[in-house]
Amino acid sequence: MDPSEALQYTPLYDDHVSRGARMVPFGGWSMPVQYTGIIEEYWQCRKSTALFDICHMGEIIVHGDHAIDVLEKIVTCSLASLGVNRCRYGLMLNTLGGVVDDLIVFRLSDNKYLLVVNAANTRKDLAHIQQFLHGQASCQDISAKIGKLDLQGPLAREVLEALCPEVSKLRYFQCDEFFLLDEPCWISRTGYTGELGYEIFYPWAKTKILWQKILENDKVKPAGLGARDVLRIEMAYSLYGHEISDDITPLDAGLEAFLDFRKDFIGKPALLEKSNRSVAQEIIYFVSDDRRSPRQGHKIFSLDQMVIGEVTSGTFSPALEKGIGIGRVVAPRKDVGEKIYFGTQANFWPGRSVQKPFYQNGSLKQ
Amino acid sequence: MANQEEYFFTKEHEWVYFEDNVAVVGVAEYAQNALGDITYVELPEVGEDVEQFEQFASVESVKAASDIFAPISGKIMEVNKKLEASPELINKSCYEKGWIAKIQPADLNEKNNLMSQEEYTQFLEGLDT
Repeated sequence: MDPSEALQYTPLYDDHVSRGARMVPFGGWSMPVQYTGIIEEYWQCRKSTALFDICHMGEIIVHGDHAIDVLEKIVTCSLASLGVNRCRYGLMLNTLGGVVDDLIVFRLSDNKYLLVVNAANTRKDLAHIQQFLHGQASCQDISAKIGKLDLQGPLAREVLEALCPEVSKLRYFQCDEFFLLDEPCWISRTGYTGELGYEIFYPWAKTKILWQKILENDKVKPAGLGARDVLRIEMAYSLYGHEISDDITPLDAGLEAFLDFRKDFIGKPALLEKSNRSVAQEIIYFVSDDRRSPRQGHKIFSLDQMVIGEVTSGTFSPALEKGIGIGRVVAPRKDVGEKIYFGTQANFWPGRSVQKPFYQNGSLKQ
Repeated sequence: MANQEEYFFTKEHEWVYFEDNVAVVGVAEYAQNALGDITYVELPEVGEDVEQFEQFASVESVKAASDIFAPISGKIMEVNKKLEASPELINKSCYEKGWIAKIQPADLNEKNNLMSQEEYTQFLEGLDT
């Protein structure tokens, strides 16, 4: 994204401002970072239900008889086995194995797929996909027509059922078309928080009506990107620009689980070559010994105070009441429980590597 | 707690008031609001000497870390230990329960380098425009 370009606004901008939200630029968009406070909004999501404005994210439709062939080639996970009304997380790679974007692929019908991509990458993704279109396959950026609300939290199902009883049939990573306030929309049972939740793809021009309707339920409160980031780090989910980027391969980002080496995909030859080299990197998850938080860009040191890597994401964890971090380090590291330090050369503090996710008690699959 | 009129302020939004020749210091409402939820406070050491307008503590919020500067030079007499387990006291009560440290002032003339409540209020108005 060109930073000189004007900020874009979601259909909820005025509503956010009227609720006293603190607006910040994010991925080319003016987005709410918090309304009342990040930690309060965090607990709202963990204990009740929070509603997030995610209208900035990109939506791309790939359809036609050869859509599946194109997608199998450009997305790293297996999609041939993806049934209608199912969705799957995967990555698009460049020929060097770097990550163009991470995305969720929804199979809407036999030959129609919805790709949900990062806001700042939408244009790049579209150009990338267009390079590989062939036969009866076409793609279309529908981001401007589609608003997106994420309803996340242990009470999300009962909140949404009150407006759309049929939604209760959706199981984890299923999606379908529904009518919500008489508008057709797609709803998936997915999210980025570790809690039971739904992503709602709604007509852009009507999204404000839906947003306000859902917020009439006193079990729901709006939550901003600040809380969203804490929730995703506690779940050890990757974020583009942190754990992954054009220059980082999924092998260096701990995302092997989303690569299907039984098929051919763009970037696979580069990954195979790189997996043979002696110096590799890996992702570690670590907890600070106290409340002090690691920050993106902090160095990570071994016990003998040698630099072994860098923090990719860090925050304070309200659930653990400690700082938590994700970092990329030179492999191989010892098992979980290794003592490390994080910080700068001048000031660094102790922590210990742990198993992901940091937060284990989410309602995700309830 | 002192009357609001007895507080002095820095441009970095620290406050100080003087009680029996001891300076009680903390961060002002503007700073706690800008920082958001405070999750960690690094307190100075008791007995440490600090210089006016030099960093003597730091606070972390969910999003970032920020330095706190001493409004006056002197020796740290006492620190607010409650902030170690409850850093949110700064958000809830920045002028009272969220005080950071008590300093034995080295030179009370340094007050002249600080803003009075009235001057600080004008300073804040200037920031908003």
